[in-house]
This record gives sequence, C-alpha cells and structure tokens, in this order.
Amino acid sequence: MAYQFDFGAILPHWKLLLDGVVLTTELAAIGAVAGVGLGILGAWARSARTPVISQIVGIYVELIRNTPFLVQLFFIFFGLPAVGIKLSEFQAASLAMIINLGAYSTEIVRAGIQAIPQGQIEAAQSLAMNRVQVFRYIIIRPALKKIWPALSSQVVIVMLGSSVCSQIAAEELTFAANYIQGMNFRAFEVYFVTTGMYLVMSIVLRQILKIFGNFLFERRHHA
Amino acid sequence: MPEFTLWDIVYNLLLAARWTVLLSLVAFVVGGVVALLLLLVRTAGSRWASRLVRGYVELFQGTPLLMQLFILFFGLPLIGIDVSPWIAAMLGLTLFTSAFLTEIWRGCVESVNKGQWEASATLGMNFTQQMRYIILPQALRIGIAPTVGFSVQVVKGTAVTSIIGFVELTKAGSMISNATYAPFTVYGCVAVLYFVICYPLSLYARRLEGKLHNVSR
Amino acid sequence: MSLVELHAIHKSFGAVQVLKGIDLKIDEGQVIALIGRSGSGKSTLLRTINGLETIDDGTIMVAGKKVGDHDTDLLDLRLNVGMVFQQFNLFPHYTALENVMLSPQVVKKQSKSEARAIAEEMLVKVGLADKMTHYPDQLSGGQQQRVAIARALAMKPRVLLCDEVTSALDPELVNEVLAVVRQLAEEGMTLVMVTHEMRFAREVCDTLVFMHHGRIHEKGAPEAVFANPKTPELANFVGGLAG
Repeated sequence: MAYQFDFGAILPHWKLLLDGVVLTTELAAIGAVAGVGLGILGAWARSARTPVISQIVGIYVELIRNTPFLVQLFFIFFGLPAVGIKLSEFQAASLAMIINLGAYSTEIVRAGIQAIPQGQIEAAQSLAMNRVQVFRYIIIRPALKKIWPALSSQVVIVMLGSSVCSQIAAEELTFAANYIQGMNFRAFEVYFVTTGMYLVMSIVLRQILKIFGNFLFERRHHA
Repeated sequence: MPEFTLWDIVYNLLLAARWTVLLSLVAFVVGGVVALLLLLVRTAGSRWASRLVRGYVELFQGTPLLMQLFILFFGLPLIGIDVSPWIAAMLGLTLFTSAFLTEIWRGCVESVNKGQWEASATLGMNFTQQMRYIILPQALRIGIAPTVGFSVQVVKGTAVTSIIGFVELTKAGSMISNATYAPFTVYGCVAVLYFVICYPLSLYARRLEGKLHNVSR
Repeated sequence: MSLVELHAIHKSFGAVQVLKGIDLKIDEGQVIALIGRSGSGKSTLLRTINGLETIDDGTIMVAGKKVGDHDTDLLDLRLNVGMVFQQFNLFPHYTALENVMLSPQVVKKQSKSEARAIAEEMLVKVGLADKMTHYPDQLSGGQQQRVAIARALAMKPRVLLCDEVTSALDPELVNEVLAVVRQLAEEGMTLVMVTHEMRFAREVCDTLVFMHHGRIHEKGAPEAVFANPKTPELANFVGGLAG
C-alpha cells in the first residue's frame, strides 16, 4: 500500500512550531548582534599593534573555523561542566553561536578594514585623530559597508546552523519538529514543513539584513 | 567499569574519523561532478532549466543541512527506498555540496571578462568550444582557491550526519563520551581531529588565493 | 625662533636612504616650495613634518617643542601642522561639511554649532558655499581638493603642508585650487608645498628649496634660484623644465 501523506497531522501542533520559530529567531538575533560585535572587536585586535593579542585572536579564529559547529556546541554544553562551567541549553546554544559567528566575522571585517585605502588613515592622522578615533570615524563604517553582503550571508548560515542546537535540547524549531514527529509519527511531513519554514526565515532574514544595511550606510541628505 | 586511557579514546576516534574522511571525499567528488553538470545547465540551458537550477541552489543554501538529511532519511522509505544512515548521509551531503559548488563556480565563470566570450565568438567558436578552451581554463584558475576552501565546509558538514545515526567522528565522540564520562577530554579530542583534517585545507586555500592575487597584479 | 625647525633629519626605506641629513627652518608667514625630481625626497620630507613618516635620526621642533615618540607629542605636532594630500583623501561617507567638521568635533571637542560655524566659514573661503551637503563623489577633483584644504584649515593649524595638491587634477581644474593656495599665502598663512607648478612657485613663494638625492642642494629667493642656479644639478633641473 502506498504511503498516505497527511500534512493535516501537523496542524494541532502549530503552537509548538511557532514557539520553535521564536526561539530560533532569538538565537539568531543574539548570535548576530553579539557575534558581529565580537567580530569587529576581533578585527580591531587583529589589526592592532600588539602582536600577542593579534596572535591569540588568530588562533581563536582558526580553531573555530576549522571545527564543526556541532562539536563546538557539544564541547560547551557537555564538556565545560567538567571544568565547573555549567550552562543552560539556551545559554550554551547562544554562546556557541556568538563564538562561531564571532570567528567568521573577525575574518570578514578584517578583509573590509584592509580594503580601506591608506590615504584615508593618513588624512585622519594629519587631522590629529588618534587610533581609536581613526577606527571609529574613518575606518569602520566604509569597511562594514564593503563587506555587508558577505557578513549577511554568514549570519544566515549561522541561523540555519542553529538547527543542530536541538541536539542539546535547546527548544528551537528543529527541536519542536523532532518533538512533534515523536508524537504523531509523521516524520516526513513534519520535516518537510519545517524545512519550508527555515527557507522562509532565511529569505526574510536576508531581506531584513539588506534593509538594515541600506539604513546603516544610507546617505542622509540634510539640507 | 572498564578504564579508558587517553590512547583508547584517540584510537577509537581515529577509527571513526576514517568515515568522516571517506564521506567527505565521496560528497566532494560526486558533488563536484553534479555541480559541473548543473553549472552547464545554469549557463547554457533554457530559461526555465536555468531557473530550476537556481531554485535548487537557493533551496539547499536556504535550509539547514540537518533538515535536508532528515527529509532524505525519513522521506525515501516512504517511496519504497530503504536507506541506511550511510546512504542518507552520502546522498544528502552530495546534494548539499553540489548546490554550493554550483554557486561558487558560477561566480567564477561570471567573473571571466565578458570580452572573452565576445572575442571567442568572433573567432567562430560555439558554446562548447568557448567553454572548453576559453572560459573554463580561466574560471578554473579563479575557482580553485574557493573550491578548496569549501572542502572545509564539507568536512565540517559531515558532523551533522551523526544526528541521523551515521557513526563518524562526532557520533563516535558522543558514544565514547557517554561510556567514559569524560566529555571534556573526548570532545576536545574530537575537535582536535577535525582541526587536523581541516586546517591544512584552509591553509592551502589561503596560499592558493595569495598566489592568484600575486599573478593578477 | 622659527615655527618649525628640522635638524639633521635622516630617513631610510630599507636599504634606500631617502633623506640624508636635512636642516630647515620655517618661519611664521613663510611660503616655501620644495622642488626637485621625483625620488629626491621632497614628499618624504613633507610627510616627516607631519609625523606620517618616522625619522631614523635628527630632531623636529614645532613651536619650540621637540617632537618625540609619544602619542601626545604627535597630537601636539598635528594640532599645529595641517596637511593636504595629492589624492585629496576626503572621507567618502561624510558630506563636504561633515568632512570639515569632524576633526574639530572629535579631536578638539568643539561643540557641533561651533564646529559648524568654522566649517562653513572655511568652505565659503574656498568657494564652496553651495556644495556643503555634497558627498565627495558628487564633487569634481578640484572641488574635492578645496574641501580638503578647508578641512585642514578648520583645525586652525599654524603651518599647512601641501603635497603636490594639483598633480592628480585635470589641467582645467588646477587653477581653482592654486587660486585658493595663493589667497592663503597672501593672508600670511605659513605654507610648505611640494609642487611641480614652477611658475606658481615663483610667483607665490618667498623661498625655494631645491632637493637632490636626499639633500637640500640649493635654497633661496625664487628669482635668484631660477636666474642664477649655483649648481649644475639645479641648472639642469631648471633647464629641463624650460625645454
């Protein structure tokens, strides 16, 4: 007998999926804001004069970029309690996302900073600005503008990657899907719908980042 | 309870890492072949075929790898194909890889100067000849660094297949961690092994990129 | 006491010695042109006066204070010495007015209205009253360079350094920038410029400094320097220009 698809079997559980979407959104938002912030700090440290700090940041970036997110998550959630750092599922998932995105955005932002012409920095120096002022007023905004598309893609990748946080029982969208299929045994239907929800979320997130970028780098014409 | 030495842990992880490497290789090679075909359709196919490929790429880039694996693992049996975790993992990761490589290589083909197409067309070349002799050789030069760079993403992607029960490095790590009650050590070792596989690839990709920039300058 | 005193300045890039012991005094109100072939070290010399190049040996005194390695020394130096660059180097994400206002606000901690008043005054002075809200890429090269001059002037420097300020400009835009520089000279501003505009240098400057192979080869009033070069190198340089 052929399998009878029954997408209606998901309907009663819509509230669970919605809760999952909310938590995935929260994770993505926390990860994006703190992760990109960490990336800007990291990029600043990488280009700063102190070689030791620059090297430490470099090691952090390479360690994170060359290991799977899932393993980082397991290490934080299962491994860290052994050294006395006990985190809740949500805390561990947030921390993993921040650390992961932080490493990628360090590299992305650094590329943007390196693309700023030396003449810009010299002009600012000749106007008596110090290093912090040069970074804050002259370098960071044009640098971010240049790498905004790459940064946006990375944020979407990290949002989608958060689906593995279900494995430490953080109750995000995939966790909700697992939970529902455990109740109604309609695995295919549940995951199909959930996949569609992720697709919509990634499209929406991309649009939000685009609009936010336009707002951030828009020219304000005050007469 | 048996005592596990560090060497026991590492030894068992190394055994499992073979599957990580094998899965990565299969996904990368087969995915690369699929991507090449998709790329041809994308650049030369009819409008709807090209649009279809674009949809395929956006679907895989816009959804979690884990969901893709779940759908294959739970969906294929429904149409009468029984899949083991290994088959589902291999299939899922191959499709995932093909979508990303299609997109990366499309960027490379498009970055070849438009004048190259025009110049070769004026010499009477057809599409296949243009691709074969003019465009692909140049695109290949541009594409090799990001392709090697993406191989790191494939290796890391294999970790997700542990969730559908394929016993590779991460799954073995979970099992050993449960048996030894030493999650810090075990996951630390797992991370180091991934790093050992991925870091040389990252370094190689960066060196290729540097070389390319020096040549074009 | 001179406003700027350079003593025995040495500077190398790797194995190449670019400045081989420069002594130069710049007095209040003096207008100096540094001339010489490319590679003679004139741009490097100008950049050392603003601390954009570190020096290997020698001393720089500005307004009676020795410039050391500390950040505060550099700040002092740059508050006294402004600079205009060949490539303008306007900040692309700010309007003309914001370019001029920025440093007075963040470095000198002037209030916004104060900085704005000075910035507007300076932009009017360089003839750009109607371009204040334009972004750099909406301005011609000559207009951009005049904004850059206004930007440097807004910091009220005691010396303004001009590094080949017309070299990146289309020929028809050169004069509008030179007119501004000429006006500054007439107002008594202390100026040190690296330039290839010999006629302009002759008309506007009171001192010409001819540099050759990292040294000051000849120095004097423009008429004297051009009419009676004392060394074959300068004669050659001047002759080359005429021919």
